[in-house]
Amino acid sequence: MEIFDHLALGFSVAFTFQNLFYCFIGVLLGTLIGVLPGLGPVPTIAMLLPITFGLPPVSALIMLAGIYYGAQYGGSTTAILINLPGESSSVVTAIDGYQMARQGRAGAALATAALGSFFAGSVATFLLAVFAPPLAEIALKFGPPEYFSLMVLGLVASVSLASGSVIKALAMVVLGILLGLSGQDVYTGTPRFTFDIVELADGIEFVALAMGLFGLVEIIRNLEDEHTRTVMVQKVQGLMLSKDDFKRIIAPVLRGTILGSFLGILPGGGAMLSSFASYSIEKRVSKNPQQFGKGAIEGVAGPESANNAGAQTSFIPMLTLGIPSNPVMALMIGALIIQGIVPGPNVVNEQPNLFWGIIASMWIGNFMLVVLNLPLIGIWVRLLTVPYHILFPLIIGFCCIGVYSVNNNVYDVYAMAAFGVFGYLLVKLDCEPAPLLLGFIIGPMLEEYLRRAMLISRGDPSVFVTRPLSAVMLAIAVLALTLVLLPSVRKKREEAFKE
Amino acid sequence: MGRFVRSPKDVVTGLLLIFLGAWFAWLGSDLPIGRAIRMGPGYFPLVLCGILAALGLIVLLTGLDFGGDAEADEDARQIAIPWQGLALITLSVVVFGLAVRPLGLGPAMGLAVFISAAASRRFSLKGGAIMAAVMVAFAWAVFIKGLGLPLPMLGPWLGGY
Repeated sequence: MEIFDHLALGFSVAFTFQNLFYCFIGVLLGTLIGVLPGLGPVPTIAMLLPITFGLPPVSALIMLAGIYYGAQYGGSTTAILINLPGESSSVVTAIDGYQMARQGRAGAALATAALGSFFAGSVATFLLAVFAPPLAEIALKFGPPEYFSLMVLGLVASVSLASGSVIKALAMVVLGILLGLSGQDVYTGTPRFTFDIVELADGIEFVALAMGLFGLVEIIRNLEDEHTRTVMVQKVQGLMLSKDDFKRIIAPVLRGTILGSFLGILPGGGAMLSSFASYSIEKRVSKNPQQFGKGAIEGVAGPESANNAGAQTSFIPMLTLGIPSNPVMALMIGALIIQGIVPGPNVVNEQPNLFWGIIASMWIGNFMLVVLNLPLIGIWVRLLTVPYHILFPLIIGFCCIGVYSVNNNVYDVYAMAAFGVFGYLLVKLDCEPAPLLLGFIIGPMLEEYLRRAMLISRGDPSVFVTRPLSAVMLAIAVLALTLVLLPSVRKKREEAFKE
Repeated sequence: MGRFVRSPKDVVTGLLLIFLGAWFAWLGSDLPIGRAIRMGPGYFPLVLCGILAALGLIVLLTGLDFGGDAEADEDARQIAIPWQGLALITLSVVVFGLAVRPLGLGPAMGLAVFISAAASRRFSLKGGAIMAAVMVAFAWAVFIKGLGLPLPMLGPWLGGY
């Protein structure tokens, strides 16, 4: 079996001292930011991007990946203990998890979350190992028109699955692409949208954009209502699950894993959507749905498994196609580009160390997380008492030094400030900044494939619909868009997101 | 708000998007467009500007009320914007940018942390100063000693290099 050779290679990469160390740092940081409300994986990874310059690509990606799935574990801890989801993906965990904690079953809830996440993470990583290489194989046969259509489909799908207004999200994608095109034109070297400032000749710095839109905006939003967080730290006991509990969580964990693995692959999917979908399914299939909201263990097991599975499988499109399905994956692609690796189907074949090393590290990382989260729960709980007014100035400090150290360019610092203000304005207008980031990353590739496709077809745009694969992808994109824009579906969709 | 406005937010968003589309088109107006077969650097951006403005128009129209089935937008209520926080956070980052070259990393970091700390209602001079000092020490230990970033702690104005 080829896959075992590959996995053996992966483990040999992941088990070096250095990579184990960075994997540990990643999951540790992930748990930390997951526990701390108001600091999510996107700004953290953006802050750490500059630090990863000096690392080998494998170590850098292993650490960044660890932050992402580590945050899924950490986020559930706060959701259960103080009804405050540290991560958007653990919003639903708070519903029943907190009720369990109030009934004195915090230990059981935490154990369920950790074990469910571990199981789901392991299975989803296995799926990643099995399905990613063949997918990359197919993608290698793509020409420029197929790539262009695939990217359009990816962007459209991520917009349709996101919450909020589809039109506004589409506009954010287009705006992101425009911003992404700034800097020198690849073909002619003509500077575009640089305001004749030499320092902007290379375009808008990705790190500055990401930190401004996600780091600074998040802080300003949190300053809107500064309430004092009262933390009631009870002693957490009974981390062991009873036999009865075990029986009750097996089915939800399995369902959550399958659901999360599937939704994670879809652009725009990932951890959050998976957990919401899983909760509504568990509620529907349950024999006593009235228990939900009052401390049903199934309501913790399902969503927690789903969000970790989704977090894991969202790496599939990123690693095989070079297409980000959510802002975190956009940052990962940014990290790859910084390291001089061209994201796309070639990564699997040309960088086997990187690809299989990351996959193997996920198993190790998930195992570390169980160890970190269950016995050490007391430490994490104590961290909750760090007040936000002490935390955020330190985050500002990190953002500043982080963005400056990328190029030693003060214009990047100003750009970050500008995107902070602009991003806050967008948020106030109900425009989510996440699609903008996706557009920014994909923009330059999109233009390049468009130009190449038109060159091949001698300027005939029908090439996108006469090549079957490309036509199918565009058709799906159009279908998805019309579906979400239909009035009847729109209503239902709004209801679904409200729930 | 006027009678014809159903959602002020959507109207503002629409106008903003149309403005951005027009602005980018104007910025790129002297870029060669080229033809479809060999696109110039101005081709794709211009197409995008058109799409952006069109989307902006749709958002604008949905925010207007032409009679009929208009239901008042519930989200239209006023939202308090933390002006002080917004201004201080932005200022702290800009000050860092201004100070990092002439004054060096240490003072720039201290100023940025201190100014941003003032954005909180629970700010105190002493607390802010302590945080700034801790962060400067931390930045020195991690970024300069640990990661070896080639950034001087003190800039030329303060006798550094």
